[in-house]
Amino acid sequence: MASPEQQETGHGLDQHAPAELKDEVAALTGANPARCYQCGKCSAGCPMAVETSLRPHDILRLINMDQREKLMENDSIWLCLTCETCAARCPNSCDPARVIDTLREMSLASGSTAAPKAISAFHQAFLNQIKSGGRLFEVGLIANYKFTGGALLADVMTAPGMFMRGKLALKPRRIKGVKDVRRIFAACEAAAKEQQ
Amino acid sequence: MKLGYYPGCSMHGTAREFDESLQAIAKPLGLELTELDDWSCCGATSAHATNRLLGVALPARNLALAEQQGFKDVFAPCAACYSRLATARHEMQEDAKLDAKVKEILKRPFSNSVGVMNIVEVLRGLIPQIKEQAVQPLSELKVACYYGCLLLRPAEITGFDDAEDPSSMEDVTRATGATPVEWRMRTECCGGSFSLSRTGSVVRLGRAVINDARAAGANAIVVACPMCHSNLDFRQQAMGQREGATEMPILYLPQLVGLALGLSPQTLGLKRHFVSTQPVLELVAAGAAKGEVK
Amino acid sequence: MPRIGVFICHCGENIARTVDVKRVAEALAEHPGVAYSTDYKYMCSDPGQTLVKQAIVEHKLDGVVVAACSPRMHEKTFRRAASSAGLNPYLCEMANIREHCSWIHEDREEATQKAIELTRMMVEKVKYNAPMQAIRIPVEKRALVIGGGIAGIQAALDLADGGAEVVLVEKEPSIGGHMSQLSETFPTLDCSQCILTPRMVEVYQHPRIKLLTFSEVENVEGYIGNFTVQIRRKARSVDEDLCNGCGDCIASCPVKKIPSEFECGLGKRTAIYVPFPQAVPNTPTLDRENCTLFKSRAKTGKDACMRCQKACQRGAINYNQQDRIEEFKVGAIVVATGFQLYKITKEQPRPGISGYGEYGYGTVPDVIDGLQFERLASASGPTAGKILRPSDGKEPKKIVFLQCIGSRDCAKGIEYCSKICCMYTAKHAMLYRHKVHGGQAYVFYMDIRANGKGYDEFVRRAIEEDGAKYLRGRVSKLYRDGEVIKVHGFDTLSSEPVVIDADMVVLATAMRAQPNIEALAQKLSVSYDKHAFLNEAHPKLRPVETNTAGVFLAGAVQAPRDIPDSVAMASAAAAKVLDLFSADELEREPTIAKVDATICTGCFHCERVCPYGAVEHKEIRDRKGNLIKVIADVNPGVCQGCGTCVATCPSKSVELQGFTDSQVFAEINALMG
Repeated sequence: MASPEQQETGHGLDQHAPAELKDEVAALTGANPARCYQCGKCSAGCPMAVETSLRPHDILRLINMDQREKLMENDSIWLCLTCETCAARCPNSCDPARVIDTLREMSLASGSTAAPKAISAFHQAFLNQIKSGGRLFEVGLIANYKFTGGALLADVMTAPGMFMRGKLALKPRRIKGVKDVRRIFAACEAAAKEQQ
Repeated sequence: MKLGYYPGCSMHGTAREFDESLQAIAKPLGLELTELDDWSCCGATSAHATNRLLGVALPARNLALAEQQGFKDVFAPCAACYSRLATARHEMQEDAKLDAKVKEILKRPFSNSVGVMNIVEVLRGLIPQIKEQAVQPLSELKVACYYGCLLLRPAEITGFDDAEDPSSMEDVTRATGATPVEWRMRTECCGGSFSLSRTGSVVRLGRAVINDARAAGANAIVVACPMCHSNLDFRQQAMGQREGATEMPILYLPQLVGLALGLSPQTLGLKRHFVSTQPVLELVAAGAAKGEVK
Repeated sequence: MPRIGVFICHCGENIARTVDVKRVAEALAEHPGVAYSTDYKYMCSDPGQTLVKQAIVEHKLDGVVVAACSPRMHEKTFRRAASSAGLNPYLCEMANIREHCSWIHEDREEATQKAIELTRMMVEKVKYNAPMQAIRIPVEKRALVIGGGIAGIQAALDLADGGAEVVLVEKEPSIGGHMSQLSETFPTLDCSQCILTPRMVEVYQHPRIKLLTFSEVENVEGYIGNFTVQIRRKARSVDEDLCNGCGDCIASCPVKKIPSEFECGLGKRTAIYVPFPQAVPNTPTLDRENCTLFKSRAKTGKDACMRCQKACQRGAINYNQQDRIEEFKVGAIVVATGFQLYKITKEQPRPGISGYGEYGYGTVPDVIDGLQFERLASASGPTAGKILRPSDGKEPKKIVFLQCIGSRDCAKGIEYCSKICCMYTAKHAMLYRHKVHGGQAYVFYMDIRANGKGYDEFVRRAIEEDGAKYLRGRVSKLYRDGEVIKVHGFDTLSSEPVVIDADMVVLATAMRAQPNIEALAQKLSVSYDKHAFLNEAHPKLRPVETNTAGVFLAGAVQAPRDIPDSVAMASAAAAKVLDLFSADELEREPTIAKVDATICTGCFHCERVCPYGAVEHKEIRDRKGNLIKVIADVNPGVCQGCGTCVATCPSKSVELQGFTDSQVFAEINALMG
């Protein structure tokens, strides 16, 4: 992991070279991407490997090859389920799951639009709901999601079913400490902007 | 056992029967659930997938509340909430910089002293009580115990069972009198939070899970996570359209325990499922008819 | 008045560039006690040494200080020179004005001043030097070889052929080790037993080799040239002198279903057994844990069965045989105890290592390891050399080989490479194709390590001629699916996930240290690393020696290794031992600890802290033979001169010869004064 001094000087894990993408990732995740020896065990067990163009080991490779753009402009990092299977089995504890989390943060900070619209809309809608009431109001989430880019007509047939089974609360609830929650959001969003 | 109960956002909504069944079995098993006052959302996947600090601060708020409210442990039945709370606790212990930053943001005294427990380990701890109170023979019921991913991984954070070869849910199942089957997709992901945003993936992954459970001879799949339940139950119709296979009821673990304790289907929220639980109830009745009381 | 000669070396430019050597020589010439002081370009050269020798004679020097490089370089050189001029070598010291001065300073004035001070310090020390003689200890020309695998066998034969007596101890009932379990060896595909058994027989028949099988090292005492070892001869329940190896006892034994250790659990043996037909010696051994008679003895006190005794026509079966201890005096020990294979089970023999839950923790049928595959492939194995599934005896049409199971896996606790698996996996793929013509081998690998003679060509043959499909990637998980084993892997070269329905899976598991090797290492005072591989004295230049004088290493006990390297190492160790035995006496440096018997009180703190066990107890008696006191006494053969006892002794009764308090304080005072 890049030490605070290394981060300050701009030098990476290798004292003699300037900081690269892998150093940034190492500093943010605590795991050194150079440990990856491309065995592919992560990709072999990844449930989304059949749907992504970049698999976990490809992502580690591109990090080590300093290919920031290729990573940020690819939607693969957004298709990660965060199921942690890769991290559980990696022989070198490279923690691909955490690395991919970090890449998503970096991608957002860089203003990339590579995230699939639906996934991006969902995360936004979810977080908006929490900011609004402190807890998730599911109907609000669905409405918000559909209007911000989710498939408008999908699940229309099943929504009544949810309601009939008493599984959709119609009244949004606001917790007492909602200001507390909003403050947390503000502070975290500000911190993310600082990193840009 | 007095635990700080953290229901999580879905408990009063789409996972209502999870909460209902849990509340129903709590009293007979001597489980005191005191809901955390003014708890807020843990952030689930969306927070940690887009902002690490947010992904830790949101659950940390709840841990801080629990500490202030005098709880030694927080119990989160939803596997995702459990994972976020336990991860926040772990990350703050391991990363001093993060710990300082989060505490600064929380503006609340917090010494990270609260433990986090999930539904499987809580019920595992109550196995003697379950065995003692079980009145309904579930001997005709074969279930596939589905752990999903977040209950067991990362192992440094969860640690209550072997991540590749867990047995705690099977132990609880055996205590109810039902038979756990041996099957392979026990720890494979159901598709998690992609239910709305990438339904196709969820359908693909869920189908594999259900097919394997079926091939192993299970009458039902038992889950411990509202997302797993939703992906396997709510989305099962989408899977079935292409296979034309028979339906597989999806039960929450407390529902299984509740059936053993002789509680009514109504009380346990068994009418709220998308895939009818009637076949399970019939098997329970068959077991009762055989008269094999433990 | 002392007459000390001081010689300042220029060391070409190494010293002279930074230190004004002439000025140092001049300063020392003024120093009290210095009879002669000069400088020279290369003191270690012939003329340089001659300078020293001549000065000793001409100026009647009684001490010499050479201010030059580190004593680790040339102390021996100058001491030899002094000796040849008639001066006791231990009256010659070196002052290091190179590594400790000219090489680390830039300021000429400061460096020169420092060089002067360093040299003055040594001059003051030499005034307190006493002449010493090298210590001579006798050498017992018998070697103990621990372990009867290929390394132990090679070492024993080389030693015995070289004229030494050998005691070869093997804990199993037969020698041969893992090599006897192999079917064919790479890269020649020689039949393993065919090349091994002649050596085994040679060991058995060699007049200078005493072969003790089913025996273990119980205790080791002593020091190089003079070890006393106790060997536990475990009770076979068979009298080795009476037994003629007819095998009637084995045929009569009713207990036939014990999983055979030699067959790696794939075959069965009887309670009284010989591990394999070519075992040496051919004497059966009775497994008391599984024997009906011993079980009934333990339960009821009565003897049951006794069929083997009845069947034996030579009266060789003895149920009352006890373990016995035999003692030997040996001059050197060669440790050749080999390795064991890592298992992927949940329970592990050592802490810090995990099993492979993703591969089923060893419970999935037809998932075997490399040694088990060797037994299947062996003509004398449980399937007579046919590759058949252990679960149902069917011939597998698809075998998936997984390399690096355990090895190179930091998360599981084993970060090293096991060296042999790439080669034996290629061999397995080839043997499989030769035996099952339509069979398809898949090999999941990360890298191919084939760096011996003919090795890379061997692996290429497996791929190019024998059709093995090599997939570069690891397997995430495998599990049983009906009749097959589903293997989920990845091919990183074509960037595709690969799922194979395998009939059998062979895991190339890591080479690990033997169980409980730590206990043996401690008996020998040999250190080991965190994986319990025994440590060599220096990884580059002293690979077969250990830091304990007289104990040598051969084979996989030190690190993963294949047969040719093990054999080479065994011969090297034997050469070192024969070198040791080539003189009748051993010479050792006299810079060791010595106890002043008059003031030692016998508290034995020194004994407690001595890392080498060099402190003995000595009785001091009066003329009538009454005991006055028991004091500490340093064994000159074992002491390594580390000085720990000197630092510990509360009464200052022990001093390090050549580094006494007077000498050290003289140096310090010279610096201060």
